[in-house]
Amino acid sequence: MGLLEVSGPVMIGPSSSHTLGALKIARFVYKLMGIPQRVNFVLHGSFSMTYYGHGTDRALIAGVLGMKPDSFDVKDSYEIAKMYGLMYSFESGDLGDVHPNTVLIKAWKDDLYNEIEGSSIGGGAIKITKINGVECSLTGDFPAIVIVNKDKPGALKEILDCLSVNIANVYLRRINALEGIALTIIELDENVDDEVLRCLKRLDNVVELYFVKLEEGELL
Amino acid sequence: MTFSELLEISISTNLEFSEVILAQEMMETGRDPQKVKKALRKIMHVMLEEAEKNYGKEFNTLTNLTGNNGAKLSNAVPYMMSEFNHVATVVAISMGESNASMGRIVACPTAGSCGVMPGALYALKYIKKASDDELLKSFIVASGIGNVVAKRATLSGAAGGCQAEIGTATAMASSMITYYFSRDPVKVGNAAAISLKSLMGLVCDPVGGFVEVPCVKRNGSAVNVAIACAEMALAGIESVIPFDDVVNAMYNVGKSLPESLRETAIGGIAGTKSAQEIVEKIREKWDSKN
Repeated sequence: MGLLEVSGPVMIGPSSSHTLGALKIARFVYKLMGIPQRVNFVLHGSFSMTYYGHGTDRALIAGVLGMKPDSFDVKDSYEIAKMYGLMYSFESGDLGDVHPNTVLIKAWKDDLYNEIEGSSIGGGAIKITKINGVECSLTGDFPAIVIVNKDKPGALKEILDCLSVNIANVYLRRINALEGIALTIIELDENVDDEVLRCLKRLDNVVELYFVKLEEGELL
Repeated sequence: MTFSELLEISISTNLEFSEVILAQEMMETGRDPQKVKKALRKIMHVMLEEAEKNYGKEFNTLTNLTGNNGAKLSNAVPYMMSEFNHVATVVAISMGESNASMGRIVACPTAGSCGVMPGALYALKYIKKASDDELLKSFIVASGIGNVVAKRATLSGAAGGCQAEIGTATAMASSMITYYFSRDPVKVGNAAAISLKSLMGLVCDPVGGFVEVPCVKRNGSAVNVAIACAEMALAGIESVIPFDDVVNAMYNVGKSLPESLRETAIGGIAGTKSAQEIVEKIREKWDSKN
């Protein structure tokens, strides 16, 4: 927290937790896989109770369309979603013992399917709490690499060997024992260059690779 | 960082107060003061731009509980308010209503209290013809005051009640006005302390949980508290209790507020029978839409 966080950010209203935070969680999906073709939002707690009066629905759609928190388009995100042919649906659901402002986003794009769960924890700050069922705690303020990899001995070492930047956190879990598939989430201190991504792509053990980049201007 | 420490640095270094605040920010966050200054100028310009664009406009808000209050006030000839107060109040309400209709705002320090700072800023610019550079110095000082509250207490209505949001916004706006006219950090501290004391204990009780009632009009009255407290400080009135202590007190009051009065839409005016009837009607309308 500093001067810019106190006297900012510039955002689309009305609520930092219910509008800005919701947009940022949904934008994580966009940063992960681009604009999906179909998306389903499961709203929990306060999100499901008051979403309409806070524009949470429009903020979520704006987020998966990649809009920034201060974009004038957020208000018209339903119309813009039509232009992109984005199919969307909302439902209320009990996501368990989670923060009251939590949403689960299921997103489909070609043969890719991802599930992101995140909480808006106040003041526009968010926490991505689950990626494809694997628990994590990403603030969205740092870049991250998400990898679906073969669950083989040495796979993680190979992955980490490709990285030249400092690693903040690593989350790893087997997601499909039958197919021997695991999910690895690596939170980084700074963006990685293309060479790192090429190195990762070359690995036989890497099945799917997503890079959630920190964009210019998101932090000073 | 306490306010009294900032004051000490400004006295011992003889640096202009906004420079002290930027230097302190560099010590705490490692951020380049020039970059921070540039970013704050950008934020200030967004505020002024939105204030200009939305001045006295009618809005179609998300729940339609507000939306035409800025327009009403702007069309009325004030009976007793000065032009400065009138303009500041119209802007504060208009920004609150723009926020409630998904307009672009600056969460300074929060979305619910987004009208107070632009109200004061816009009045300084258009009634007092303040230059951009002079405004920026005062805006940085206001940010520094807000930062003291953020570091030592809270800015969140859910944690500390409305006193943390509108109270802080008012302390910031009052400091900004006071610094603009006096360039005196001691008076700034008095204005901030008197403001925060005036709104001490204010609860967060939004009807239905939506950022409209009472938030929008509270922005309008709060900017007048800011102006009044600045006028007092400029006249040499001192706060008996220093700002740092007032901030601590505000934090403690916030912690002792029951949960029903901290953004849960249970207590305060949100808990009234009329509020509950209004919310019922809004929900029926939404359900029929979906």
